[in-house]
Amino acid sequence: MSKSVTDVICPFCGTLCDDLEVIVSDDGKKIEDIYNACAIGAEKFMHAQAPERVKRPRMQQPDGTYKEVSYDEAVEYTAQMLFNARKPLMYGWSSTSCEAQSVGHEIAEKVGAIVDNTATVCHGTTLIAVQDVGIPSCTLGEIKNRADRIIFWGCNPCHAHPRHQSRYSVFPRGFFTNKGHMNRKVIVVDPRVTDTAKLADYHYQVEQGRDYELLSAFRVALRNEPLPETVAGIPREKIIEGAEVMKSGRFGIIFFGMGVTQSLSKNHNIDNAIMLTKDLNEFTKFSIMAMRGHYNVTGSGQVLGWQFGYPFSVDLSRGFARYNPGETSSNDLLRRGEVDAVFVLGSDPGAHFPISSVKKIAELPSVCVDPHITPTSEISKLHVPVAFVGVEVGGNCYRMDNVPIEARKVVDPPEGVLTDVEFLTRVNARLDQLMGGK
Amino acid sequence: MAKLKLNLITGRTIHQGVAMEGGKEKDAYTKACGIIEMDPSDLKKLGIWKGTNVRVTSEWGSVVVKAVEATQGPHPGLAYIPMGPWANSVVNPKTYSTGMPTFKGVPIEVEPAINEPVLSSIQLVQKKCRGEA
Repeated sequence: MSKSVTDVICPFCGTLCDDLEVIVSDDGKKIEDIYNACAIGAEKFMHAQAPERVKRPRMQQPDGTYKEVSYDEAVEYTAQMLFNARKPLMYGWSSTSCEAQSVGHEIAEKVGAIVDNTATVCHGTTLIAVQDVGIPSCTLGEIKNRADRIIFWGCNPCHAHPRHQSRYSVFPRGFFTNKGHMNRKVIVVDPRVTDTAKLADYHYQVEQGRDYELLSAFRVALRNEPLPETVAGIPREKIIEGAEVMKSGRFGIIFFGMGVTQSLSKNHNIDNAIMLTKDLNEFTKFSIMAMRGHYNVTGSGQVLGWQFGYPFSVDLSRGFARYNPGETSSNDLLRRGEVDAVFVLGSDPGAHFPISSVKKIAELPSVCVDPHITPTSEISKLHVPVAFVGVEVGGNCYRMDNVPIEARKVVDPPEGVLTDVEFLTRVNARLDQLMGGK
Repeated sequence: MAKLKLNLITGRTIHQGVAMEGGKEKDAYTKACGIIEMDPSDLKKLGIWKGTNVRVTSEWGSVVVKAVEATQGPHPGLAYIPMGPWANSVVNPKTYSTGMPTFKGVPIEVEPAINEPVLSSIQLVQKKCRGEA
């Protein structure tokens, strides 16, 4: 007889849905079905069951093949690599729990490493902008209950955060938004006619990379100052109309994504978006929120923040915390060849870093801690499979609006497979021995 | 052979997300991400059918992907490769002191490459790292 586990947290995107229902076999070992999850979340749970899953650490051999090793050998290799490196990079941390991040940071502090998370290729520029001009934000619950002007700027939640709109931003009926999407006006700014744009009331097909100009134009329109005929490919009348729609709401929110953080101007785009939010608060209540990607990238920023004072790209190699994106950020370090070992946990730079950085990782001593086979695991010297956080082990995670939510364990990990926390704790203990003998 | 200059952006698609969680070593991931979404008018300019393999070249690298018709268009002049090793073979790695490589707004050149295969993610990354691709 199968049993149902309710209120399961989905460990995929920053929306961190908390209403999944997972049907588990009677012995608690196999996931049989998943309800309420999006296609990506369901696939994540089901992939944990894949028969071809790697269950023991693998060491790369000189001919490029992999040989199975024990967890003891894996701990030894990792500890020795970090101990012997002068400036190791410890990257990832976004697909794991805050507890694992904390142990990882302890190791980093000991060995003088650089800790960086996936924000460096995602919302890192947002964090820089927030340090420049602050951020007026709110929680997703407030948006559900109050927001009647929803702006998606350079993000495509239909594809990247599939349940965001149905749970929080467009369709749900809230306390002051009891007609659901009938209460709301949706504006999408994107150079493509995305699936999100197709369900919007207003779509601004901005010229790619000209977000800064369009944001400025909206700020000009709010002040009733003159505008040129077109800005970033958008006619003046449409900009003025958009500004009126924003002003006329009772509570508005700007969600923004990679369209603004990864295009040229980067952090300055976000500066301007935050200042637009500030300007709109002259007329009504407005907030702004980053559409965070990994389910716990926000948590990584939080834990790094309260431990070292900076949310990403933290350099501990000098014995104290330094932060200077462009210098202490992963891609810059790798491209300049400034690190001599790479430890990756809970991310896949092999697939998601520019190839020039990936080549550097392949040249260095490297450890990849990941339940999946990924391009990173296949170029690393050591691949350590671990239990899936949020499926096979619980832990604390932060939603995109900085609300902490405890992920739940649904099934047992395969026999003998360690969790992130267990593996890191063993590496930490081994480092203590090595350093005690120094 | 015709060549076409386009502006490349990268990003997530739901197929990319599902295939990524299903296993990056699998065929489905190559089918989801080893593609370039182009406007029908751009396919016409290049003189190719949808489903043709093309070589995408930028200042920073080159990769073979399958040209498909944009599902979230029209966007003439703009091309889209879902995030993954194929896109990252050609993106601009410069961060301009922000830590963030320039994943969007990369000038590229597209040319038909009918006889060249689209490599799997693992093959592609391993070959690039060994300097073979």
